[in-house]
Amino acid sequence: MTRTDTMTKSISSGLTRTVSPARRAQNSIMFGLVALGTVIVLIPLALILFQVVYNGLRSINLDFFIKSERDMSMITGGGGVLNAIVGTLLMVAVALVIGLVVGIATGIFLSEYREHPLVGVVRVMSDVLTGIPAIVVGLVIYGLMITTKLPGYSGLAGGVALGLIMIPIIVRATEEVLKLVPTSIREAGLALGLPRWKVTMQIVLPAASTGIITGAILGVARVSGEAAPLLFTSFGNPDLATNLLQPMAALPSAVYSLAFKALTPAQNEQAWAGALVLLTIILISNILARFFSRPRSYRAPKANTAKT
Amino acid sequence: MENQMKLTPPPQSVISTAAVRLESQSVSIFYGEKEAVKNVDVSFKSNTVNALIGPSGCGKTTFLRAINRMHDLTPGARVTGKIMLDGNDLYGDGIDPVDVRRRIGMVFQKPNPFPTMSIYDNVAAGLKLAGERNKQKLDEVVERSLRGGALWDEVKDRLKAPGSSLSGGQQQRLCIARALAVDPEILLMDEPTSALDPQSTSRIEDLMETLKQQVTIVIVTHNMQQASRVSDTTSFFYVGDLVEHGVTSEMFTNPKDKRTEDYITGRFG
Repeated sequence: MTRTDTMTKSISSGLTRTVSPARRAQNSIMFGLVALGTVIVLIPLALILFQVVYNGLRSINLDFFIKSERDMSMITGGGGVLNAIVGTLLMVAVALVIGLVVGIATGIFLSEYREHPLVGVVRVMSDVLTGIPAIVVGLVIYGLMITTKLPGYSGLAGGVALGLIMIPIIVRATEEVLKLVPTSIREAGLALGLPRWKVTMQIVLPAASTGIITGAILGVARVSGEAAPLLFTSFGNPDLATNLLQPMAALPSAVYSLAFKALTPAQNEQAWAGALVLLTIILISNILARFFSRPRSYRAPKANTAKT
Repeated sequence: MENQMKLTPPPQSVISTAAVRLESQSVSIFYGEKEAVKNVDVSFKSNTVNALIGPSGCGKTTFLRAINRMHDLTPGARVTGKIMLDGNDLYGDGIDPVDVRRRIGMVFQKPNPFPTMSIYDNVAAGLKLAGERNKQKLDEVVERSLRGGALWDEVKDRLKAPGSSLSGGQQQRLCIARALAVDPEILLMDEPTSALDPQSTSRIEDLMETLKQQVTIVIVTHNMQQASRVSDTTSFFYVGDLVEHGVTSEMFTNPKDKRTEDYITGRFG
Protein backbone atom coordinates (compact mmCIF):
# COMPACT_ATOMS: atom_id res chain seq x y z
CA MET A 1 0.00 0.00 0.00
CA THR A 2 1.43 3.39 -0.95
CA ARG A 3 1.65 6.25 1.46
CA THR A 4 -1.05 8.23 -0.31
CA ASP A 5 -3.44 5.32 -0.09
CA THR A 6 -2.95 5.06 3.64
CA MET A 7 -3.55 8.75 4.09
CA THR A 8 -6.69 8.73 2.01
CA LYS A 9 -8.01 5.80 3.92
CA SER A 10 -7.33 7.26 7.34
CA ILE A 11 -8.91 10.58 6.37
CA SER A 12 -12.02 9.01 4.96
CA SER A 13 -12.39 6.67 7.90
CA GLY A 14 -11.98 9.65 10.23
CA LEU A 15 -14.81 11.42 8.48
CA THR A 16 -17.25 8.54 8.43
CA ARG A 17 -16.48 7.10 11.86
CA THR A 18 -19.53 7.31 14.08
CA VAL A 19 -19.43 9.26 17.36
CA SER A 20 -18.93 6.95 20.31
CA PRO A 21 -22.07 6.18 22.38
CA ALA A 22 -20.46 7.72 25.48
CA ARG A 23 -19.95 11.04 23.76
CA ARG A 24 -23.43 10.88 22.32
CA ALA A 25 -24.87 10.35 25.80
CA GLN A 26 -22.79 13.16 27.26
CA ASN A 27 -24.03 15.49 24.55
CA SER A 28 -27.67 14.55 25.22
CA ILE A 29 -27.30 15.09 28.97
CA MET A 30 -25.74 18.52 28.55
CA PHE A 31 -28.37 19.53 26.03
CA GLY A 32 -31.07 18.31 28.42
CA LEU A 33 -29.65 20.44 31.26
CA VAL A 34 -29.53 23.53 29.11
CA ALA A 35 -33.08 22.99 27.93
CA LEU A 36 -34.25 22.41 31.51
CA GLY A 37 -32.63 25.67 32.63
CA THR A 38 -34.37 27.54 29.85
CA VAL A 39 -37.75 26.08 30.81
CA ILE A 40 -37.21 26.98 34.48
CA VAL A 41 -36.54 30.57 33.48
CA LEU A 42 -39.61 30.70 31.29
CA ILE A 43 -42.01 29.24 33.89
CA PRO A 44 -42.21 32.30 36.18
CA LEU A 45 -42.65 34.58 33.16
CA ALA A 46 -45.45 32.40 31.81
CA LEU A 47 -47.09 32.23 35.25
CA ILE A 48 -46.98 36.00 35.66
CA LEU A 49 -48.35 36.64 32.18
CA PHE A 50 -51.10 34.02 32.58
CA GLN A 51 -52.18 35.18 36.05
CA VAL A 52 -52.23 38.86 35.16
CA VAL A 53 -53.91 38.46 31.80
CA TYR A 54 -56.46 35.90 33.02
CA ASN A 55 -57.44 37.78 36.18
CA GLY A 56 -57.03 41.20 34.64
CA LEU A 57 -59.26 40.57 31.66
CA ARG A 58 -62.13 39.43 33.93
CA SER A 59 -62.58 42.80 35.56
CA ILE A 60 -61.35 45.12 32.87
CA ASN A 61 -64.02 47.21 31.16
CA LEU A 62 -64.48 50.62 29.61
CA ASP A 63 -65.19 52.25 32.98
CA PHE A 64 -61.80 51.11 34.09
CA PHE A 65 -60.21 53.52 31.63
CA ILE A 66 -62.59 56.49 31.87
CA LYS A 67 -63.37 56.62 35.59
CA SER A 68 -61.19 57.30 38.59
CA GLU A 69 -60.65 55.56 41.91
CA ARG A 70 -63.00 58.11 43.52
CA ASP A 71 -65.88 56.38 41.72
CA MET A 72 -65.10 53.00 43.19
CA SER A 73 -67.52 51.50 45.61
CA MET A 74 -66.18 49.55 48.54
CA ILE A 75 -68.87 46.95 48.03
CA THR A 76 -69.38 46.59 44.29
CA GLY A 77 -66.14 47.80 42.86
CA GLY A 78 -66.77 49.87 39.77
CA GLY A 79 -64.93 53.04 38.92
CA GLY A 80 -61.55 52.89 37.27
CA VAL A 81 -57.93 53.90 37.33
CA LEU A 82 -57.91 56.77 34.83
CA ASN A 83 -56.36 58.94 37.54
CA ALA A 84 -53.51 56.46 37.96
CA ILE A 85 -52.94 55.95 34.22
CA VAL A 86 -52.81 59.70 33.60
CA GLY A 87 -50.66 60.19 36.72
CA THR A 88 -48.16 57.55 35.64
CA LEU A 89 -47.95 58.95 32.10
CA LEU A 90 -47.44 62.53 33.33
CA MET A 91 -44.86 61.63 35.95
CA VAL A 92 -42.96 59.36 33.56
CA ALA A 93 -42.98 62.23 31.03
CA VAL A 94 -41.41 64.53 33.65
CA ALA A 95 -38.89 61.80 34.48
CA LEU A 96 -38.11 61.32 30.80
CA VAL A 97 -37.37 65.01 30.29
CA ILE A 98 -35.06 65.06 33.33
CA GLY A 99 -33.48 61.72 32.45
CA LEU A 100 -32.83 62.66 28.80
CA VAL A 101 -31.41 66.11 29.47
CA VAL A 102 -29.17 65.16 32.40
CA GLY A 103 -28.46 61.63 31.17
CA ILE A 104 -27.43 62.56 27.62
CA ALA A 105 -25.34 65.50 28.84
CA THR A 106 -23.52 63.27 31.34
CA GLY A 107 -23.12 60.49 28.78
CA ILE A 108 -21.55 62.97 26.34
CA PHE A 109 -19.22 64.19 29.07
CA LEU A 110 -18.10 60.66 29.91
CA SER A 111 -17.57 59.61 26.31
CA GLU A 112 -16.38 62.75 24.52
CA TYR A 113 -14.27 64.38 27.23
CA ARG A 114 -12.44 61.30 28.42
CA GLU A 115 -9.31 63.28 29.21
CA HIS A 116 -11.17 65.41 31.77
CA PRO A 117 -10.02 64.72 35.37
CA LEU A 118 -13.58 64.46 36.70
CA VAL A 119 -14.67 61.68 34.33
CA GLY A 120 -13.70 58.88 36.72
CA VAL A 121 -15.57 60.43 39.65
CA VAL A 122 -18.68 61.10 37.59
CA ARG A 123 -18.75 57.55 36.24
CA VAL A 124 -18.50 56.05 39.73
CA MET A 125 -21.23 58.36 41.01
CA SER A 126 -23.49 57.41 38.12
CA ASP A 127 -22.90 53.73 38.87
CA VAL A 128 -23.65 54.31 42.55
CA LEU A 129 -26.87 56.10 41.58
CA THR A 130 -27.87 52.95 39.67
CA GLY A 131 -27.59 50.92 42.84
CA ILE A 132 -29.43 53.26 45.22
CA PRO A 133 -32.75 51.70 46.30
CA ALA A 134 -35.74 53.51 44.83
CA ILE A 135 -37.21 54.11 48.28
CA VAL A 136 -34.08 56.07 49.26
CA VAL A 137 -34.45 58.24 46.16
CA GLY A 138 -38.03 58.87 47.27
CA LEU A 139 -36.84 59.87 50.75
CA VAL A 140 -34.31 62.31 49.32
CA ILE A 141 -36.99 64.00 47.23
CA TYR A 142 -39.25 63.99 50.27
CA GLY A 143 -36.57 65.94 52.11
CA LEU A 144 -35.88 68.27 49.21
CA MET A 145 -39.36 68.96 47.81
CA ILE A 146 -42.03 67.85 50.28
CA THR A 147 -40.86 69.04 53.71
CA THR A 148 -39.77 72.32 52.14
CA LYS A 149 -43.19 72.70 50.46
CA LEU A 150 -41.40 73.21 47.15
CA PRO A 151 -44.00 72.30 46.03
CA GLY A 152 -45.06 69.64 48.54
CA TYR A 153 -46.78 66.35 47.62
CA SER A 154 -47.12 66.57 43.85
CA GLY A 155 -46.78 64.84 40.52
CA LEU A 156 -43.75 67.04 39.92
CA ALA A 157 -41.95 65.64 42.97
CA GLY A 158 -42.85 62.10 41.87
CA GLY A 159 -41.56 62.82 38.37
CA VAL A 160 -38.28 64.16 39.72
CA ALA A 161 -37.83 61.05 41.87
CA LEU A 162 -38.45 58.80 38.85
CA GLY A 163 -36.12 61.01 36.81
CA LEU A 164 -33.29 60.43 39.29
CA ILE A 165 -33.77 56.70 38.86
CA MET A 166 -33.79 57.04 35.08
CA ILE A 167 -30.65 59.21 34.82
CA PRO A 168 -27.99 56.51 35.31
CA ILE A 169 -29.76 54.19 32.83
CA ILE A 170 -29.62 56.85 30.11
CA VAL A 171 -26.07 57.89 31.09
CA ARG A 172 -24.85 54.36 30.62
CA ALA A 173 -26.71 53.84 27.34
CA THR A 174 -25.49 57.17 25.93
CA GLU A 175 -21.87 56.60 26.93
CA GLU A 176 -21.73 53.08 25.54
CA VAL A 177 -23.33 53.95 22.23
CA LEU A 178 -21.25 57.12 21.75
CA LYS A 179 -18.12 55.02 22.20
CA LEU A 180 -19.26 52.92 19.24
CA VAL A 181 -19.21 55.92 16.90
CA PRO A 182 -15.86 55.68 15.09
CA THR A 183 -13.20 58.33 15.80
CA SER A 184 -12.88 58.86 12.05
CA ILE A 185 -16.36 60.41 12.00
CA ARG A 186 -15.38 62.94 14.67
CA GLU A 187 -12.16 63.73 12.83
CA ALA A 188 -14.04 64.21 9.56
CA GLY A 189 -16.26 66.79 11.25
CA LEU A 190 -13.40 68.59 12.97
CA ALA A 191 -11.38 68.65 9.73
CA LEU A 192 -14.23 70.60 8.11
CA GLY A 193 -13.52 73.40 10.54
CA LEU A 194 -16.49 72.74 12.78
CA PRO A 195 -16.19 73.40 16.51
CA ARG A 196 -16.13 70.35 18.75
CA TRP A 197 -19.55 70.89 20.33
CA LYS A 198 -21.19 71.10 16.90
CA VAL A 199 -19.48 67.91 15.79
CA THR A 200 -20.70 66.23 18.97
CA MET A 201 -24.26 67.53 18.85
CA GLN A 202 -24.96 67.35 15.13
CA ILE A 203 -22.80 64.53 13.80
CA VAL A 204 -21.83 62.15 16.62
CA LEU A 205 -25.06 62.29 18.63
CA PRO A 206 -27.37 61.62 15.64
CA ALA A 207 -25.18 58.66 14.71
CA ALA A 208 -25.82 57.30 18.20
CA SER A 209 -29.49 58.25 18.41
CA THR A 210 -31.03 54.80 18.04
CA GLY A 211 -29.02 53.50 20.99
CA ILE A 212 -29.95 56.47 23.14
CA ILE A 213 -33.65 56.06 22.26
CA THR A 214 -33.42 52.41 23.24
CA GLY A 215 -31.85 53.34 26.55
CA ALA A 216 -34.53 55.94 27.20
CA ILE A 217 -37.36 53.50 26.49
CA LEU A 218 -35.85 50.89 28.76
CA GLY A 219 -35.59 53.61 31.40
CA VAL A 220 -39.29 54.40 30.92
CA ALA A 221 -40.14 50.71 31.29
CA ARG A 222 -38.11 50.55 34.49
CA VAL A 223 -39.52 53.62 36.25
CA SER A 224 -43.15 53.19 35.22
CA GLY A 225 -43.26 50.12 37.44
CA GLU A 226 -41.81 51.90 40.49
CA ALA A 227 -44.14 52.41 43.43
CA ALA A 228 -41.68 53.01 46.28
CA PRO A 229 -40.30 56.43 45.31
CA LEU A 230 -43.83 57.75 44.76
CA LEU A 231 -45.24 56.83 48.19
CA PHE A 232 -44.10 60.02 49.85
CA THR A 233 -43.55 62.24 46.82
CA SER A 234 -46.62 62.13 44.60
CA PHE A 235 -48.60 60.64 47.48
CA GLY A 236 -51.58 59.46 45.46
CA ASN A 237 -54.91 61.01 44.54
CA PRO A 238 -58.27 59.30 44.05
CA ASP A 239 -59.32 62.02 41.62
CA LEU A 240 -58.04 62.68 38.14
CA ALA A 241 -55.29 65.30 38.43
CA THR A 242 -53.49 66.88 35.52
CA ASN A 243 -51.82 69.68 37.44
CA LEU A 244 -48.28 68.61 38.21
CA LEU A 245 -48.32 70.66 41.39
CA GLN A 246 -51.11 68.53 42.88
CA PRO A 247 -50.76 65.07 44.41
CA MET A 248 -51.09 62.39 41.77
CA ALA A 249 -51.91 58.71 41.58
CA ALA A 250 -49.74 56.18 39.80
CA LEU A 251 -50.50 52.70 38.49
CA PRO A 252 -48.14 50.71 40.73
CA SER A 253 -49.45 52.40 43.88
CA ALA A 254 -53.03 51.99 42.67
CA VAL A 255 -52.42 48.27 42.26
CA TYR A 256 -50.98 48.20 45.76
CA SER A 257 -53.93 49.93 47.40
CA LEU A 258 -56.50 47.96 45.40
CA ALA A 259 -54.88 44.70 46.35
CA PHE A 260 -54.17 45.27 50.04
CA LYS A 261 -56.80 47.73 51.15
CA ALA A 262 -59.59 45.99 49.26
CA LEU A 263 -62.70 45.26 51.29
CA THR A 264 -64.37 43.13 48.66
CA PRO A 265 -63.28 40.62 46.03
CA ALA A 266 -64.61 43.03 43.41
CA GLN A 267 -61.99 45.59 44.34
CA ASN A 268 -59.34 42.95 44.61
CA GLU A 269 -60.00 41.93 41.04
CA GLN A 270 -59.46 45.49 39.93
CA ALA A 271 -55.92 45.24 41.23
CA TRP A 272 -55.37 42.56 38.60
CA ALA A 273 -56.79 44.81 35.93
CA GLY A 274 -54.45 47.58 37.04
CA ALA A 275 -51.54 45.18 36.90
CA LEU A 276 -52.56 44.21 33.37
CA VAL A 277 -52.58 47.84 32.23
CA LEU A 278 -49.15 48.41 33.81
CA LEU A 279 -47.74 45.26 32.26
CA THR A 280 -49.08 46.28 28.86
CA ILE A 281 -47.43 49.71 29.08
CA ILE A 282 -44.10 48.10 29.99
CA LEU A 283 -44.40 45.46 27.26
CA ILE A 284 -45.14 48.12 24.66
CA SER A 285 -42.08 50.09 25.85
CA ASN A 286 -39.88 47.05 25.50
CA ILE A 287 -41.21 46.24 22.05
CA LEU A 288 -40.61 49.85 21.00
CA ALA A 289 -37.06 49.60 22.33
CA ARG A 290 -36.49 46.49 20.25
CA PHE A 291 -38.00 48.19 17.22
CA PHE A 292 -35.64 51.16 17.51
CA SER A 293 -32.54 49.10 18.21
CA ARG A 294 -33.00 46.73 15.28
CA PRO A 295 -30.39 46.95 12.52
CA ARG A 296 -31.48 49.64 10.12
CA SER A 297 -29.57 49.17 6.91
CA TYR A 298 -30.51 45.59 6.24
CA ARG A 299 -33.06 43.00 7.28
CA ALA A 300 -31.53 40.44 9.58
CA PRO A 301 -31.32 37.15 7.70
CA LYS A 302 -33.46 34.37 9.06
CA ALA A 303 -31.47 32.16 11.38
CA ASN A 304 -30.66 28.79 9.92
CA THR A 305 -32.43 26.19 11.96
CA ALA A 306 -29.88 23.46 12.41
CA LYS A 307 -31.52 20.08 12.68
CA THR A 308 -29.14 18.21 14.92
CA MET B 1 16.42 79.24 5.44
CA GLU B 2 19.90 77.79 5.71
CA ASN B 3 18.41 74.47 6.36
CA GLN B 4 16.37 74.68 3.24
CA MET B 5 19.35 75.41 1.06
CA LYS B 6 20.74 72.02 1.90
CA LEU B 7 17.70 70.44 0.36
CA THR B 8 17.54 70.22 -3.36
CA PRO B 9 15.76 73.37 -4.49
CA PRO B 10 13.31 72.84 -7.33
CA PRO B 11 14.68 74.01 -10.69
CA GLN B 12 13.60 77.54 -11.45
CA SER B 13 11.86 76.61 -14.68
CA VAL B 14 9.20 74.26 -13.35
CA ILE B 15 7.33 75.86 -10.50
CA SER B 16 9.21 78.98 -9.64
CA THR B 17 6.49 81.22 -10.93
CA ALA B 18 4.09 80.13 -8.20
CA ALA B 19 4.16 81.73 -4.77
CA VAL B 20 4.98 79.79 -1.63
CA ARG B 21 1.69 78.93 -0.01
CA LEU B 22 2.57 76.72 2.90
CA GLU B 23 5.86 76.66 4.70
CA SER B 24 7.19 74.88 7.74
CA GLN B 25 10.07 76.34 9.73
CA SER B 26 12.00 74.10 12.13
CA VAL B 27 8.92 72.03 12.84
CA SER B 28 9.36 69.28 15.41
CA ILE B 29 6.48 67.17 16.61
CA PHE B 30 6.45 65.24 19.86
CA TYR B 31 4.27 62.54 21.32
CA GLY B 32 5.07 63.00 25.00
CA GLU B 33 8.85 62.75 25.07
CA LYS B 34 9.18 60.98 21.75
CA GLU B 35 10.17 63.22 18.86
CA ALA B 36 8.27 61.89 15.84
CA VAL B 37 9.21 64.64 13.39
CA LYS B 38 12.54 66.42 13.70
CA ASN B 39 13.21 69.97 12.65
CA VAL B 40 11.52 69.95 9.28
CA ASP B 41 11.81 72.91 6.91
CA VAL B 42 9.84 72.61 3.72
CA SER B 43 7.68 74.80 1.55
CA PHE B 44 4.85 74.05 -0.84
CA LYS B 45 3.88 76.37 -3.65
CA SER B 46 0.48 77.44 -4.82
CA ASN B 47 -1.45 75.05 -7.08
CA THR B 48 0.94 72.13 -6.79
CA VAL B 49 0.58 68.56 -5.68
CA ASN B 50 3.15 67.66 -3.07
CA ALA B 51 3.80 64.09 -2.07
CA LEU B 52 5.15 62.99 1.31
CA ILE B 53 6.72 59.55 1.05
CA GLY B 54 8.66 57.28 3.36
CA PRO B 55 8.42 53.99 5.21
CA SER B 56 5.76 53.39 7.88
CA GLY B 57 6.31 55.28 11.10
CA CYS B 58 8.58 57.87 9.52
CA GLY B 59 6.44 60.82 10.56
CA LYS B 60 4.79 61.78 7.28
CA THR B 61 1.21 61.42 8.53
CA THR B 62 2.22 63.09 11.79
CA PHE B 63 3.57 66.02 9.80
CA LEU B 64 0.42 66.16 7.66
CA ARG B 65 -1.84 66.25 10.72
CA ALA B 66 0.22 69.04 12.22
CA ILE B 67 -0.57 71.23 9.23
CA ASN B 68 -4.29 71.51 10.03
CA ARG B 69 -3.75 71.26 13.79
CA MET B 70 -5.43 67.85 14.09
CA HIS B 71 -2.64 67.12 16.56
CA ASP B 72 -4.26 69.44 19.05
CA LEU B 73 -6.70 66.55 19.56
CA THR B 74 -4.07 63.93 20.37
CA PRO B 75 -3.34 63.91 24.10
CA GLY B 76 0.35 64.56 24.74
CA ALA B 77 1.15 65.74 21.22
CA ARG B 78 3.18 68.93 20.93
CA VAL B 79 4.38 70.93 17.95
CA THR B 80 7.32 73.33 17.99
CA GLY B 81 8.49 75.63 15.21
CA LYS B 82 6.26 77.46 12.79
CA ILE B 83 3.87 76.37 10.07
CA MET B 84 3.04 79.33 7.89
CA LEU B 85 0.04 79.68 5.60
CA ASP B 86 0.56 82.72 3.36
CA GLY B 87 3.06 84.02 5.90
CA ASN B 88 0.80 83.64 8.96
CA ASP B 89 1.90 81.22 11.68
CA LEU B 90 -0.86 78.65 12.17
CA TYR B 91 0.44 78.00 15.68
CA GLY B 92 0.64 81.70 16.55
CA ASP B 93 -1.06 83.27 19.55
CA GLY B 94 -4.79 83.67 19.26
CA ILE B 95 -5.10 81.43 16.21
CA ASP B 96 -8.22 79.24 16.52
CA PRO B 97 -7.57 75.70 15.26
CA VAL B 98 -11.16 75.65 14.03
CA ASP B 99 -10.33 78.48 11.59
CA VAL B 100 -7.16 76.71 10.52
CA ARG B 101 -9.13 73.55 9.68
CA ARG B 102 -11.67 75.56 7.76
CA ARG B 103 -8.92 76.84 5.48
CA ILE B 104 -7.02 73.55 5.31
CA GLY B 105 -9.24 70.63 4.37
CA MET B 106 -8.43 66.98 4.91
CA VAL B 107 -9.25 63.65 3.25
CA PHE B 108 -8.57 60.57 5.30
CA GLN B 109 -7.17 57.13 4.60
CA LYS B 110 -10.51 55.37 4.89
CA PRO B 111 -13.62 56.98 3.42
CA ASN B 112 -15.59 58.36 6.37
CA PRO B 113 -18.90 59.84 5.21
CA PHE B 114 -21.22 60.94 8.01
CA PRO B 115 -23.34 57.83 8.58
CA THR B 116 -26.69 59.46 9.29
CA MET B 117 -26.55 61.91 6.40
CA SER B 118 -27.60 61.80 2.76
CA ILE B 119 -25.13 62.41 -0.05
CA TYR B 120 -26.38 65.99 -0.26
CA ASP B 121 -26.12 66.59 3.49
CA ASN B 122 -22.65 65.09 3.65
CA VAL B 123 -21.40 67.62 1.14
CA ALA B 124 -23.38 70.48 2.64
CA ALA B 125 -22.43 69.58 6.24
CA GLY B 126 -19.47 71.94 6.54
CA LEU B 127 -21.57 74.95 5.51
CA LYS B 128 -24.89 73.88 7.02
CA LEU B 129 -23.51 73.20 10.47
CA ALA B 130 -21.62 76.48 10.34
CA GLY B 131 -24.98 78.20 9.96
CA GLU B 132 -25.54 78.56 6.20
CA ARG B 133 -29.31 78.43 5.62
CA ASN B 134 -29.66 79.71 2.06
CA LYS B 135 -31.02 76.69 0.16
CA GLN B 136 -30.06 78.07 -3.23
CA LYS B 137 -26.47 78.68 -2.16
CA LEU B 138 -26.26 75.22 -0.60
CA ASP B 139 -27.58 73.65 -3.81
CA GLU B 140 -24.95 75.48 -5.81
CA VAL B 141 -22.12 74.53 -3.49
CA VAL B 142 -23.20 70.88 -3.40
CA GLU B 143 -23.29 70.65 -7.18
CA ARG B 144 -20.00 72.48 -7.61
CA SER B 145 -18.28 70.36 -4.96
CA LEU B 146 -19.63 67.08 -6.32
CA ARG B 147 -18.48 68.09 -9.79
CA GLY B 148 -15.14 68.99 -8.21
CA GLY B 149 -15.03 65.54 -6.67
CA ALA B 150 -15.93 63.96 -10.05
CA LEU B 151 -19.00 62.36 -8.50
CA TRP B 152 -21.84 64.57 -9.74
CA ASP B 153 -22.83 62.49 -12.77
CA GLU B 154 -23.05 59.33 -10.71
CA VAL B 155 -25.17 60.72 -7.88
CA LYS B 156 -27.14 63.66 -9.26
CA ASP B 157 -30.32 61.59 -9.38
CA ARG B 158 -30.05 60.29 -5.84
CA LEU B 159 -28.72 63.12 -3.73
CA LYS B 160 -31.11 62.10 -0.94
CA ALA B 161 -29.70 58.58 -0.72
CA PRO B 162 -27.53 57.82 2.32
CA GLY B 163 -23.84 58.59 1.86
CA SER B 164 -23.03 55.11 3.09
CA SER B 165 -24.92 53.56 0.16
CA LEU B 166 -22.10 54.48 -2.22
CA SER B 167 -19.18 52.21 -3.12
CA GLY B 168 -15.83 52.70 -1.40
CA GLY B 169 -14.33 54.69 -4.26
CA GLN B 170 -17.44 56.84 -4.55
CA GLN B 171 -17.44 57.41 -0.79
CA GLN B 172 -13.88 58.68 -0.96
CA ARG B 173 -14.81 61.07 -3.77
CA LEU B 174 -17.77 62.13 -1.62
CA CYS B 175 -15.31 62.90 1.17
CA ILE B 176 -13.23 64.94 -1.25
CA ALA B 177 -16.34 66.83 -2.34
CA ARG B 178 -17.25 67.38 1.32
CA ALA B 179 -13.81 68.85 1.98
CA LEU B 180 -14.04 71.05 -1.15
CA ALA B 181 -17.44 72.42 -0.14
CA VAL B 182 -15.98 74.68 2.54
CA ASP B 183 -13.65 76.11 -0.10
CA PRO B 184 -10.30 75.29 1.49
CA GLU B 185 -7.01 76.76 0.31
CA ILE B 186 -5.00 73.65 1.08
CA LEU B 187 -6.16 70.05 0.79
CA LEU B 188 -4.37 67.44 2.87
CA MET B 189 -4.76 63.83 1.76
CA ASP B 190 -3.65 61.01 4.02
CA GLU B 191 -3.16 57.95 1.79
CA PRO B 192 -6.52 58.66 0.15
CA THR B 193 -6.42 55.66 -2.16
CA SER B 194 -4.88 53.00 0.04
CA ALA B 195 -8.28 51.44 0.76
CA LEU B 196 -9.45 51.59 -2.87
CA ASP B 197 -9.31 49.42 -5.96
CA PRO B 198 -7.04 50.39 -8.90
CA GLN B 199 -9.85 51.90 -10.94
CA SER B 200 -11.05 54.17 -8.13
CA THR B 201 -7.44 55.02 -7.40
CA SER B 202 -6.83 56.16 -10.93
CA ARG B 203 -10.01 58.28 -10.88
CA ILE B 204 -8.83 60.05 -7.75
CA GLU B 205 -5.35 60.55 -9.19
CA ASP B 206 -6.87 62.14 -12.30
CA LEU B 207 -8.98 64.27 -10.01
CA MET B 208 -5.94 65.67 -8.21
CA GLU B 209 -4.64 67.00 -11.50
CA THR B 210 -7.83 69.07 -11.87
CA LEU B 211 -8.08 69.99 -8.22
CA LYS B 212 -4.73 71.66 -8.11
CA GLN B 213 -6.20 74.44 -10.25
CA GLN B 214 -8.02 75.60 -7.12
CA VAL B 215 -6.12 74.19 -4.15
CA THR B 216 -2.64 73.28 -3.07
CA ILE B 217 -2.50 69.55 -2.32
CA VAL B 218 -0.28 67.75 0.16
CA ILE B 219 -0.64 63.99 -0.10
CA VAL B 220 0.83 61.22 2.00
CA THR B 221 1.32 58.06 -0.02
CA HIS B 222 2.96 54.69 0.36
CA ASN B 223 2.75 54.15 -3.33
CA MET B 224 5.87 55.33 -5.16
CA GLN B 225 4.21 55.11 -8.57
CA GLN B 226 1.41 57.27 -7.29
CA ALA B 227 3.87 59.88 -6.01
CA SER B 228 5.63 59.96 -9.36
CA ARG B 229 2.35 60.08 -11.30
CA VAL B 230 0.54 62.84 -9.43
CA SER B 231 2.99 65.05 -7.62
CA ASP B 232 5.02 68.10 -8.59
CA THR B 233 7.32 67.87 -5.59
CA THR B 234 8.19 64.98 -3.32
CA SER B 235 9.45 64.98 0.25
CA PHE B 236 11.12 61.85 1.55
CA PHE B 237 10.82 61.29 5.30
CA TYR B 238 12.90 58.77 7.18
CA VAL B 239 12.66 58.18 10.97
CA GLY B 240 11.36 61.66 11.59
CA ASP B 241 13.83 63.47 9.35
CA LEU B 242 13.04 65.14 6.08
CA VAL B 243 15.81 63.54 4.09
CA GLU B 244 15.17 65.05 0.72
CA HIS B 245 12.70 67.43 -0.88
CA GLY B 246 12.59 68.30 -4.53
CA VAL B 247 10.86 68.24 -7.86
CA THR B 248 9.37 64.80 -8.28
CA SER B 249 10.74 64.00 -11.73
CA GLU B 250 14.26 64.89 -10.60
CA MET B 251 14.03 63.09 -7.32
CA PHE B 252 12.87 59.88 -8.91
CA THR B 253 15.47 59.92 -11.65
CA ASN B 254 18.37 61.43 -9.76
CA PRO B 255 18.01 61.22 -5.97
CA LYS B 256 20.68 63.12 -4.04
CA ASP B 257 20.63 61.00 -0.92
CA LYS B 258 21.55 57.33 -0.73
CA ARG B 259 18.58 56.59 1.56
CA THR B 260 16.16 58.18 -0.90
CA GLU B 261 17.58 56.12 -3.70
CA ASP B 262 17.34 52.92 -1.67
CA TYR B 263 13.75 53.67 -0.76
CA ILE B 264 12.42 54.63 -4.15
CA THR B 265 14.13 51.74 -5.82
CA GLY B 266 12.46 49.44 -3.35
CA ARG B 267 15.52 48.31 -1.43
CA PHE B 268 13.75 48.93 1.89
CA GLY B 269 10.51 50.30 3.32
